[in-house]
Amino acid sequence: MRLAWIIAFVLLVAAAAGAAEISQTERRSGYSFMGPDTKAMQDDDTANPGMLWVLDGEKLWNRKVGTADKACADCHSDARASMKGVAAHYPAFDKALGRPVDLEQRINLCRTNHQQASPLPYESRDLLALTAFVAQQSRGAAIENGDPQLDPFVAKGRELFMQRQGQLNLGCTNCHDDNWDKRLAGSPITQAHPTGYPLYRLEWQSLGSLQRRLRACITGIRAQAYDYGAPELVELELYLMSRARGMAMETPAVRP
Amino acid sequence: MPSALINVPAKARRGDIVEIKTLMSHIMETGYRHLASGEAVPRDIITSFSCRYNDTEIFRADLYPAIAANPFITFFTTATESGTFEFEWIGDNGFSETASASITVE
Amino acid sequence: MHHQDSTRRQFLGLAGGAAVLGAVPIVTLRPAEATPAMLATAIRNVVGEAEVRTGKVKLDVPPLVENGNTVPLTVSVASPMTSRDYVKSIHIFNEKNPQPNIGNFHLGPHAGRAQVSTRIRLADSQKVVAIARLSDDSFWSASVDVVVTLAACTEEVI
Repeated sequence: MRLAWIIAFVLLVAAAAGAAEISQTERRSGYSFMGPDTKAMQDDDTANPGMLWVLDGEKLWNRKVGTADKACADCHSDARASMKGVAAHYPAFDKALGRPVDLEQRINLCRTNHQQASPLPYESRDLLALTAFVAQQSRGAAIENGDPQLDPFVAKGRELFMQRQGQLNLGCTNCHDDNWDKRLAGSPITQAHPTGYPLYRLEWQSLGSLQRRLRACITGIRAQAYDYGAPELVELELYLMSRARGMAMETPAVRP
Repeated sequence: MPSALINVPAKARRGDIVEIKTLMSHIMETGYRHLASGEAVPRDIITSFSCRYNDTEIFRADLYPAIAANPFITFFTTATESGTFEFEWIGDNGFSETASASITVE
Repeated sequence: MHHQDSTRRQFLGLAGGAAVLGAVPIVTLRPAEATPAMLATAIRNVVGEAEVRTGKVKLDVPPLVENGNTVPLTVSVASPMTSRDYVKSIHIFNEKNPQPNIGNFHLGPHAGRAQVSTRIRLADSQKVVAIARLSDDSFWSASVDVVVTLAACTEEVI
């Protein structure tokens, strides 16, 4: 109940300010909002729990699966070379489907189309591990997504980001554009840039995807979250990545 | 397939004090969480961690549910001779994992 | 503390209502009542009737934690770590988790440095206590008061 009052107050403050996109110079990664201990956890590969999934992902990359009995490595060889920078421009347009897919969906498409293996369930350990391993190859790379085919989907994602929803009648923009750096029940509100996904969230005590985080936020404002894999979630991911263009990838990040 | 992340310096001089960092993948289910139905989620934790250096135990830890998931444990030892560090994690439900790392001491 | 507990339960209950639509089981935290008496008993199990002096032990825990699920902790004991004067073990306790023990770490003279780091869980703002047993079977302790805030947005788990 106390939380609802805090959110209502933030809402009032937000109504006074206009909903405006954050200027390029003011953009900050979620990393910058963390305390020194949590930053240290992310910075040290020997202490970053997300690296456990990256290690698992490396094993899976080399494992033959499906009726085609192929490993990712059989087509893509060394991920360090072939996957370098790839995650930095996801979600990407898929010609066959005529819409954007995120990295998890791309991995599953590869499994079904090329390995003849069944798709991995969302948030399963194997899918998270493979995604983390692939995305980690983009660590340090600048996020980019200039493909004009994606424009209508970026626009849809932007609408979803702006629209008010749920029992608290809040849009993502109300907190993450208008009130970042203020506090929500003791934690700082970040700008919501998905620079480090999939990431190890202390609250989850596990690595998790951007879709999991979005669903948690949407549930948090008391709205019905879209199902995993829903086009709305991919459009939101796409908009968020477009909003974060130019920022460096940090996968696997650590966040509270 | 639990992974362990071990960090031991590959080389050291005799008498150096070296830091050993370990990270093991494990949910460390406390046994205090409950489902909406009221049933408790049963405890499932790593209860013991040990390290042997050329067969001599140099460090041991008893862990309780208050240790965070994916237990991270670091400790120190004096580098005395080249050889192997053997790590072992034992826990509930027959959990047993090992890992090893070598060191060259000159 | 109780007010915070009921707020969290109410919030989770409301979130649970929404989750029922998706038929996802909610996990709620209903810890047993931990008391300072349990802490005292747990300490006595380790030290017996021996005196526990403050000093020698340094307990490094962030005073305000980012998330109670994963709290970095480093404990170190000032000791020459020779075969005649070393730290045998370090025991960490807490005041308000369902259980008073956190971990026991067993060292020896060859450790070189009596320092251990780990990550712990703290259910609430509370005191964390570290007790070191030296080779002469004397006990030394340090304690830290830690503030733990709950995450703003909880979500269904499992």
